[in-house]
Amino acid sequence: MKIHEYQGKNIFKSYGIPIQNGYVIENIEDVPATIAKVQKEFNTEAVMVKAQIHAGGRGKGGGVKLAHSREEVEILANEMLGMTLVTHQTGSVGKEVQRLLIESGADISQEFYAAITLDRSREMDVFMVSIEGGVEIEKVASETPEKIVKVWIDPLLGIKNYQARKLAFGLSLTDEAFKEAVSIFLNMYVCYQATDATLIEINPLILTQDGHILALDSKFNFDGNALFRQKEIAEMRDISEEDPTEIEAGNYQLNYIKLDGDVGCMVNGAGLAMATMDIIKIAGGEPANFLDVGGTASAETVKNGFRIILSDKNVRAVLINIFGGIVRCDRVANGVVQAVKELDLAVPIVVRLEGTNSEEAQQILSESGVSIIPANGMQDAAEKVVKAALG
Amino acid sequence: MSILVNKDSKVLVQGITGSEGQFHAKQMLAYGTNILAGVTPGKGGQNTLNDRIPVFDSVEEAVGETGVDTSIIFVPPPFAAEAVIEASSAGISVVVCITEGVPLHDMIKVKQIVNQNGTRLVGPNCPGIITVDECKLGIMPSFICKKGNIGVISKSGTLTYEAIDQCVNVGLGQTTAIGIGGDPIIGTTMQDCLELFEADPETEGVVIIGEIGGQMEIVAARWANENMSKPITGFIAGQTAPPGRRMGHAGAIVSGGDDTAEAKIRILKECGINVAESVADIGTVLKTSME
Repeated sequence: MKIHEYQGKNIFKSYGIPIQNGYVIENIEDVPATIAKVQKEFNTEAVMVKAQIHAGGRGKGGGVKLAHSREEVEILANEMLGMTLVTHQTGSVGKEVQRLLIESGADISQEFYAAITLDRSREMDVFMVSIEGGVEIEKVASETPEKIVKVWIDPLLGIKNYQARKLAFGLSLTDEAFKEAVSIFLNMYVCYQATDATLIEINPLILTQDGHILALDSKFNFDGNALFRQKEIAEMRDISEEDPTEIEAGNYQLNYIKLDGDVGCMVNGAGLAMATMDIIKIAGGEPANFLDVGGTASAETVKNGFRIILSDKNVRAVLINIFGGIVRCDRVANGVVQAVKELDLAVPIVVRLEGTNSEEAQQILSESGVSIIPANGMQDAAEKVVKAALG
Repeated sequence: MSILVNKDSKVLVQGITGSEGQFHAKQMLAYGTNILAGVTPGKGGQNTLNDRIPVFDSVEEAVGETGVDTSIIFVPPPFAAEAVIEASSAGISVVVCITEGVPLHDMIKVKQIVNQNGTRLVGPNCPGIITVDECKLGIMPSFICKKGNIGVISKSGTLTYEAIDQCVNVGLGQTTAIGIGGDPIIGTTMQDCLELFEADPETEGVVIIGEIGGQMEIVAARWANENMSKPITGFIAGQTAPPGRRMGHAGAIVSGGDDTAEAKIRILKECGINVAESVADIGTVLKTSME
């Protein structure tokens, strides 16, 4: 789960990680008062205007700007609020900017990068910092990897002071700024643990001209599996940033991801669902979605699955691919027939059922009176559904 | 022979009185799995499954009373990590965790603990292990399996069943099939399983089923290239998966490096593994590999 920059900064604040102060607005009428408040409270003329969307690359896309006067801020805010921001992470459709963060400008002396995330290969969390801040870390990693300093954290010990010092030394910090950075790094790890984050990234973390360290940005990813014990984090979810069909699927306990093709598919199990998408492609089609209906595949599940898949108007045929294990295929077949009847479907449906009672299932499908194309094996199923989508 | 479990494994079911635990314990008993005990804290002293299986309050007690050495966990996600640690601390040597949705931070710690204790953890978020005609320690449909000489290792549940089914259709049975799970941090890795199959005299060939995300398939393939004498057939799911999206399994996400299906397929081939490009070809490619 992702959150907005301003929400991340509020979390930082509560964990003793210093940030630029500011306020978030949703309505354009609030702009003048908010500017005045930021300028007065934080004793600044320069003000940053930052679009709040769940995607990186906002600066390049025109979603982060510095203004030097009240008039300039108002013009920028008017432009930015409601605009569709396109960045390398939003895709070509972009995202509508619904909120702006208005915060005091900073006198930047140096920009750094700092992040904690899981290193899957080492099976430990890795803390990395770089003197190359404010740019894409992937670029730094591939072009000048020596400029990234990393420490791996023993999960049973937690981060140690010497590790935080190593990171701060890696940024060539001294005096007060060194001490501040060490404290920020220790606090970042406490925050990472306490919030069940899977990523905390500060880019840039800055050294100000008067020698202090501040987080100028915040990026969080949280472990969806841990939200049951992170009520406050779960409440920060902004569903307007997510695909509405994927949210609806989630409400049905279905795992759905929309793709660009026209061949829909409904499968039990994530691995088989991916393999089904792949074989549709190999057979000459383009998968319209990933959909894992889980272990049960009841009539209700199948019906909900159809609703989700067919809400995508590009879908021209649907493949149901179920490997019946504990769940018997004849039950699944009955569910499919019932769903097709009740929903009065207009697109061709190809069904492949393998496993327990698959022969009875074939019979149920062929005697059902609804137009279902039965398939025998994955290859046959893929070929049939691709042909049906073309036809 | 086989790997990890056999007819002599003395099995404990953690979470035996829950609905999942009840259902699958029954299925495992029917397969012939030697279940000797169950654990549900607070229900110690009862008997379950037609009075056949004693229930204990703790793993320690179950080990002391019945000598169980192998465990399968059907405990909800908030408590699953602790169930693994409890089993590991009580000296259980093979632990299968079926539970899906264990928090990542919990698993990072669990992995360290089982490594330190020398416990063999399989999963979480996996279908478990089956040694054909001897012991089912999992939730897979056992009727699809046939006794034979192929080892199966897979990150996915239903894709494992698909692979097993195709093996059988080309006339090849299995020694042991292991679903290792699709989470970012799992107990037993693909390479661990390859090492076990290489050392098992009964296994003559291995099928590995991987997917996008992480480096596990690549690490296993590179190890096999140097150390393995038995032929390996591979399949990688997710050639059409968009980058940055989690495809059902928590660990199935393309996030940079050689973690795409394309890169994994290329490296597996470079390491001498016979890769089935399509899921429908796993059986036929395996047959060719074994000839």
